[in-house]
Amino acid sequence: MERNEIFQKVQEVLVDALAVDEDEVTPEASLTGDLGAESIDFLDIVFKLEQAFGFKIEQGELFPDNVTQNPEYVQGGRVTETGMAELKRRLPHGDFSRLESDPQVTRVGEIFTVDALVNFCETKLQRAA
Amino acid sequence: MWIDRVLELVPRERLVAIKNVSLAEEHLHDHFAADAELRLDAMPLMPMSLVVEGMAQSAGILVGHASGFQEKVVLAKVAKAELDRDPTPGVTLRYTATIQSLTAQGAATQGVVEMLDHARASEGFVRIGSIDLMFSQVDHNMSGLQFPEHNFVFSESFQTLLRTSGIDWPSA
Repeated sequence: MERNEIFQKVQEVLVDALAVDEDEVTPEASLTGDLGAESIDFLDIVFKLEQAFGFKIEQGELFPDNVTQNPEYVQGGRVTETGMAELKRRLPHGDFSRLESDPQVTRVGEIFTVDALVNFCETKLQRAA
Repeated sequence: MWIDRVLELVPRERLVAIKNVSLAEEHLHDHFAADAELRLDAMPLMPMSLVVEGMAQSAGILVGHASGFQEKVVLAKVAKAELDRDPTPGVTLRYTATIQSLTAQGAATQGVVEMLDHARASEGFVRIGSIDLMFSQVDHNMSGLQFPEHNFVFSESFQTLLRTSGIDWPSA
């Protein structure tokens, strides 16, 4: 599947799950900061991506589990160097540019841009091929 | 409860329930729809929010049943709710909830709402809308919040409903 086709499917999923307009879903838009996603929306997006692409997404595979609650990874409201490395290891598809410039734990959601979702789906599809 | 009886339960798949709308329900008297343009007089009706609640209870039982009612299943998102007609006193609503996705963290369900107008019984149940929902199984939520140990969701009224519907409450 071409990257452009993957983007279009991801765009459809996000328009449906987050009730946003198509033109808001740009590659650099972050799910939480720009598109207003809340925690339950992440599960909704996982379900909808599974249906759209026909692959299975394991818990914690796309969005991190129990990272921000771990005191080794987050101290004083900021993601530690260890935490940043762990997030990058778990989420190779993520966009860390905004979080690295200001590692506030509240900005962890900004790892998940539309482009990061496209990266994730592209890698999953390549592995399945 | 906002459903009166469970008619059918196919575990992890589908649940069908009915709700008889009665003029004896006080909330109906607080919701009068009137449309001057269509020259429709005001009349008591069941508000959409309570139809959504009926579907949430139907779908919630279906999701809860999948774990033997051990999980705390909480309505987390109304993904879509469309209703073409208002339920009025004397009609019967039929909720059909279907599981679309189910994991340890939560579930997505699709729902169809139908209405039987007993004055036009020959028409049978007519589809009046659809309600798609998301549920969170809160002990497995990603935020790591802690909740009380006892299951505050599936209270005695849920158990009574299942018992009167002839469905066994699963043993733990």
